[in-house]
Amino acid sequence: MDTLLAVRARGITKCFGDVVALDGIDLDVAQGQIHGLVGPNGAGKTTLLGLLLGLAVADSGRLEILGTPVGRALAAPDGVAGFVDGPGLYPSLTARQNLAALAALRGHDAQAAGVDDVLGQVGLTEVADDRARGFSLGMRQRLGLAAALLTKPRLLVLDEPSNGLDPAGKKHVHGVLTRLAADGTSVVLSSHRMDDLEALCSEVTIIATGRVVFSGPLTKLAAENRELDYRLRTSDPGAARRLAAGTAGIQVVDHAGARHDADVLVVRALVPACDELVVRLVHAGIAVRELTPVVSPLEAAFLALTEQQETDR
Amino acid sequence: MTATIAAGPAVGPAAAARRVSVTRGYRFELVKLVSQWRIRLLVLACWIAPALFVAAVSRQSTLPVDTLFGRWMHATGWAGPLVMLGFAGTWALPLLTSLVAGDVFASEDRLGTWRHLLVAVRSPRRIFAAKALGSLTVILLLVAGLVCSSAVGGVVAVGDQPLVGLDGHLLTPGDAAGKVLLAWACALAPTLALAGIGLLGSVLLGRSPMGLLLPALVALGMQVAQMMPLPVAVRLALPGYAFISWNGLFTGPAQLGPLLIGIVGSLVWAVTATALAYVLFLRRDFTDLSYEGSARRAVTAGVLPLIGLMAAGVAVVAAATGATGSGIEQDKVQRSLATEFAHLYRMQTEQLNRPAVTEAQLKSTATCTKGSVRVAAEGPGNDWRCVVSWHLPGVEAAGTAIYQLDVTADGRFVADGDGPKEVNGYFLVRTPAGDAPNPLWQFDGNVELLPTPKG
Repeated sequence: MDTLLAVRARGITKCFGDVVALDGIDLDVAQGQIHGLVGPNGAGKTTLLGLLLGLAVADSGRLEILGTPVGRALAAPDGVAGFVDGPGLYPSLTARQNLAALAALRGHDAQAAGVDDVLGQVGLTEVADDRARGFSLGMRQRLGLAAALLTKPRLLVLDEPSNGLDPAGKKHVHGVLTRLAADGTSVVLSSHRMDDLEALCSEVTIIATGRVVFSGPLTKLAAENRELDYRLRTSDPGAARRLAAGTAGIQVVDHAGARHDADVLVVRALVPACDELVVRLVHAGIAVRELTPVVSPLEAAFLALTEQQETDR
Repeated sequence: MTATIAAGPAVGPAAAARRVSVTRGYRFELVKLVSQWRIRLLVLACWIAPALFVAAVSRQSTLPVDTLFGRWMHATGWAGPLVMLGFAGTWALPLLTSLVAGDVFASEDRLGTWRHLLVAVRSPRRIFAAKALGSLTVILLLVAGLVCSSAVGGVVAVGDQPLVGLDGHLLTPGDAAGKVLLAWACALAPTLALAGIGLLGSVLLGRSPMGLLLPALVALGMQVAQMMPLPVAVRLALPGYAFISWNGLFTGPAQLGPLLIGIVGSLVWAVTATALAYVLFLRRDFTDLSYEGSARRAVTAGVLPLIGLMAAGVAVVAAATGATGSGIEQDKVQRSLATEFAHLYRMQTEQLNRPAVTEAQLKSTATCTKGSVRVAAEGPGNDWRCVVSWHLPGVEAAGTAIYQLDVTADGRFVADGDGPKEVNGYFLVRTPAGDAPNPLWQFDGNVELLPTPKG
């Protein structure tokens, strides 16, 4: 596959004193791709995002952003926008003034820069003239995204953009990111919300203790055979339990730690065994009303990989 | 496991970092500063409050005689801006620089906007330049407000009258206006020094409130130092000395030596503190959001270089001027008092409608002692006692008058007339037009601290 790369990192290392924040990180982000970055707290995600945004310089390794090798200066190449650790907004300015001031930095007036357009994209038109001081976390996140969009980025770097978003806000943000990616903008997205990552990202990189423990498509992650816990709701829970217990590769979990419903069975299995169980349930005339993973495959993989990393240490 | 997608050619064309110009960054900083209620209130206060203050005080029966030129606020509107300058040098300007320059970097720490700003501007150097220029602009706007407002308040409330200088000579309204402006311009130098220290504190101490307070604390320290019996070289090398040495503009001839030394010293402090702030800012780790500065770094990178600068300043001033001791010597006090007495005697003569005399005809002299006669008459203190003698044309006997002098360590003195009553012993004189303030009863003066030619 010959893919255009927005980010190409090789052997990136970054230390803060004695602390190794990034330890030989490789990362490729294709053009027009939404790439998820996952890892436990302190894994090095923010440091990596900071390098992409030009907030820090790697101690060693090679980093190319939008085709330009990143030098020693603290500056991201043109076309890169985003935020880490929450958007930076000035509370004494209104939403529109925040964006207009940013546009003026680039030598544009608010109208030419499309301030109203980006406010509309993130659903903040109605509060455009309210001071950012009174904004909720979700509104601040959306305004931060609008600020990033204002520069018409080719690489958008976002740290936890869904923090504090209500369902409507989340829908707005997801819509914006999906449209951007469709138009060719690459997005690197860090989040602890696996549902967001699964909904948006075509590829993910999992980082633990400064190292990449997985990088690739979500489908590849799911294909890495791991047993998952599934919630199984049927028309006859008793019969389903007996059938599951007698199916090879299926383990009935009695104390899964999840919410307990009388008509719900929790089973632990690989995907093929789960498929077999469904076939047998249908053959036995038992209606399958729900079959969902208790935790998402990405979350399960994340937990398994990061816990493995901790064990290896 | 490290897995990567197939590596291919990177996205083109090459996109180099396009930095935002300092001019645009400067406008951005001004927008942010002016949007803050605190700054708006400061601007309003500086452009309105001094006029109200000067107008109100000028109409009161009790004047702020402890402040230089305060006793002339009834007589001329030009005393008001000088009283305001004395007050501003002590309190207002250090606090204003604290609130503007001391907060210009720290506010980004407080708001957590450093990363945002760095991504937007793409150059820490330009961010620093824009912030320094932005805070300087606001400080200049505030200072302009103080001088314009107090001058307008004084002239409107009292009038555009001549001003009595610190050696008793009369300045025409035009001269007074020019010297008032010049005095405020001189006070900009120590204001810039405090602003530089504010920038340094703001960079060094991050979100810590100590960064905000630093210029005010430094100014307070300098005021305490000016009250101490320090050697002249130390006094002149302090970055705030020009807040005092503008007094020298109001003597004839002007005491330019201490004034120029104070201004140059302040500017060196301003440049050094700003340069230190610049270097430290460029070395800062912007990935640390909870940055609150480091006490050790503040000492090694901020305090020690400034102590070194202070020591170098003292050495240079001492070597260049040859000044030693307190600078307050018997001969200088006697000359200052005699000269001022002569000028004010002429004024009193005019008030009383007596035949005019000139300073040359008066040939006034003063003989001063301090405390016990066994003690050398030098140094600050309120135990100076002087006898002034003068001659009138056609009168053989010399007139004499006694003064008690309170000389402060910075060279300022207040002469308090001790009689005879008809010359300097009473606060009023009876003029053909009625009672009027007696110019010889109490007056302020100034002793030049640097060595002066005797004669």
